[in-house]
Amino acid sequence: MSDATITLEVTRYRPGHDREPHPQSFEVPFQKDWVVLDALNHIKDRIDGTLSYRWSCRMGVCGSCGMMVNGVPKLTCAAFLRDYRPGPIRVEPLANFPVIRDLVIALDDFMEKLRRVKPWIIRAEEKPVSEGEYRQTPAQLETYKQFSMCINCMLCYAACPVYGLAPAFVGPAAIALAYRYNLDSRDEGYRLREPVMSDAVGVWECTFVGECSVVCPKGVDPAAAIQRSKLAGATDWLLSMVMPWGGRR
Amino acid sequence: MPGEDGYQHDLLVIGGGGAGLRAAIAAAEESNRLSIAVLSKVYPMRSHTVSAEGGTAAVMRDDDSLDTHAKDTIFGSDFLADQDVVETFVREAPGEVIQLEHWGCPWSRDPDGRVSVRPFGGMTVNRTLYAADKTGFHMLHSLFQTSLKYEKIVRYDEWFATSLLIEDGTVCGVTALNLHDGRMRPIVAKAVIMCTGGAGRIFPFTTNAAIKTGDGMALAYRAGVPLKDMEFVQYHPTGLPGTGILITEAARGEGGHLKNKDGYRYLQDYGLGPPTDTPVHRKMELGPRDILSRCHIQEHQKGRTFDGPYGHYVHLDLRHLGEKLIDKNLPFVRELARNYVGIDPVHEPIPVRPVVHYMMGGISTDITGKTSLDGLYAAGEAACVSINGANRLGSNSLTELLVFGARAGRSAARHALERAAPRSNPLAQLASDERRRLDQRFLRVDGREKIADIREEMQKAMESGCGIYRDRATMEATCQTLAKLRERFAHISLADKDAVFNTELIAALELECTLEVAETVARSALAREESRGSHTRTDFPKRDDARFLKHSLAYRTPDGPRIEYLPVTITRWPPEERKY
Repeated sequence: MSDATITLEVTRYRPGHDREPHPQSFEVPFQKDWVVLDALNHIKDRIDGTLSYRWSCRMGVCGSCGMMVNGVPKLTCAAFLRDYRPGPIRVEPLANFPVIRDLVIALDDFMEKLRRVKPWIIRAEEKPVSEGEYRQTPAQLETYKQFSMCINCMLCYAACPVYGLAPAFVGPAAIALAYRYNLDSRDEGYRLREPVMSDAVGVWECTFVGECSVVCPKGVDPAAAIQRSKLAGATDWLLSMVMPWGGRR
Repeated sequence: MPGEDGYQHDLLVIGGGGAGLRAAIAAAEESNRLSIAVLSKVYPMRSHTVSAEGGTAAVMRDDDSLDTHAKDTIFGSDFLADQDVVETFVREAPGEVIQLEHWGCPWSRDPDGRVSVRPFGGMTVNRTLYAADKTGFHMLHSLFQTSLKYEKIVRYDEWFATSLLIEDGTVCGVTALNLHDGRMRPIVAKAVIMCTGGAGRIFPFTTNAAIKTGDGMALAYRAGVPLKDMEFVQYHPTGLPGTGILITEAARGEGGHLKNKDGYRYLQDYGLGPPTDTPVHRKMELGPRDILSRCHIQEHQKGRTFDGPYGHYVHLDLRHLGEKLIDKNLPFVRELARNYVGIDPVHEPIPVRPVVHYMMGGISTDITGKTSLDGLYAAGEAACVSINGANRLGSNSLTELLVFGARAGRSAARHALERAAPRSNPLAQLASDERRRLDQRFLRVDGREKIADIREEMQKAMESGCGIYRDRATMEATCQTLAKLRERFAHISLADKDAVFNTELIAALELECTLEVAETVARSALAREESRGSHTRTDFPKRDDARFLKHSLAYRTPDGPRIEYLPVTITRWPPEERKY
């Protein structure tokens, strides 16, 4: 193989044709500023139009193009070929998800879990728009900002050993988003989210492996959200023991 | 996704980006009797609103006024905006951004807890709200997550609408392909709102995501609705060479400088000076996008730009802003520059060049989002309600999708409440006809043409004829190329004949849409014999109000677009020379 190319071993799976997923090799030009997604687009446009995968923004913010690259969950628009030389580069669908076809995974489970954690502002009384904004200081914004950066790319679920074994686990991104709203000074929905969070498949399932935070491309740190939610849950439980009339957070 | 007896709604929104979600929520709040569906070829949080960076304009402070926002917008539009629409826009903008604040959008804040505002190009005061430099991302996720609380908003995620269903001159739904199983179904609705965004992918070098292929524009156009002001294509002055990834205007709003290869702030040579250390509204780097993009080309013609593997570029220098400010207000710029060009803007200037960013034109609507086709509405970049005219000011488009998304949602909801449900039986027949059409066109034939070839040739032709500077000869050549490509498209060949997640079929459908939209751009541009806003003709260098103070309307005919014109609405700001 010359220096000017690199080989991708891409997982193929066509329902109705293939009994199970299998790798297929493609040799693509090596360009030092190409990302894995560029190589996939080259394959689709010039070699094999049947290869299926998702992508859109190609700038790391839409969250579409997550795949396993050499066994690690990555946004393929931010994984440079040059970092995997001389290759071959293994490109597989995200782990822990059902595969629809080739590199396309099913997101239905996450979408359902996302709704379940009520990721929206909940208030006893909503202020009319005519009364203006809620004041929120930069410090108050800072408390939850990191957890609002999740792009729903699913890399954390692909990295999570618990989700792999117990798919009912609410999972890193959904918990981080629930935690984001719990921390928001405008929100009063903590009690309503608590049942999902403290459910056996909520935060308690996590064994603190921390892989979710390692693979997160946006620095969200879902592991911290999970651990701090556990602490909040435990504090609540303790408070309910010593102050049965209701300790308020 | 609905059950087997589903596929029938009062209101159907096509597109799950900012405009579509805002429309769906507005409709849900308008009446709890409505069944509302959002159909998109991607999951809503993948929509291109997610890539918007700099901010959202609205009058929020005592040093600002609605009239100033209106005047800036109209002036920026080179007087092609409809002024009654702009007045409504600026009036409803503050309420919309506050509503989004109530829905949890993490706007950046002042020390006293108020939402912050920053300067933006072409605006006379600080009025651009922002969430660091990921404003579109935060707006989209806030809207999407808020939409989840409305249980009657159902979604068709990863469905592609292939045609509008029309009966007796009224829209009654769409035919749509479910990517997951490849089945075509009629989705019946009393009103349809197109919120499918722009079509930057008709050009080779664009900030736009892969999904921006003008699908909704093409569907409406095929159904006889005119596309308005399509010749006006916005080049953003600062994209990364090669990828076209956007470096937000906020980088200049925060004080970044544009420098040529001699390290000179060249904008002062083009009437935008004098250069100052701290940014001055509407001057230098805070000039409007059309003018800054033209300055870049002229600077290149003088031999004062850098040359790189992806063409000429200049420097966007942020170094003097310091690491602290960059990390606080421009963290995404730093991330993108580091990842995609290997530059840390704290220590080095960022290479940038003009890049196709936004379509001012779109599906022609009135101030309520209604089109000329009964039951069809449109909002956001897909629409042209006419606040942007010949050049949009940065940070007006995110506000536009809120204000007019909400308006279209409300008016479509009221329309749906008054109408009886369409009969779905004949529509099922139409869906199977549509399926057969696709099968015959794409899946059974063995043509000789490849998607990628036609796409590349179209993009090349658009860049050559419909770029920053235009003239008759190159535009005519572009029109001829597009007509030929349309013929070649009939012989397209697909390798993928599968039903499940056939992205090649989707790419073919998208290509068909882009070809239609590209022709409307080129034909409208050829017909407009003047220079106005983003449309700059070297053979007609002056604005010509006598002939062209009017909107173009492109109607579909079998031989390509037919161009007609519509007067511009002037209320309180008579046209004057546009000088900054």
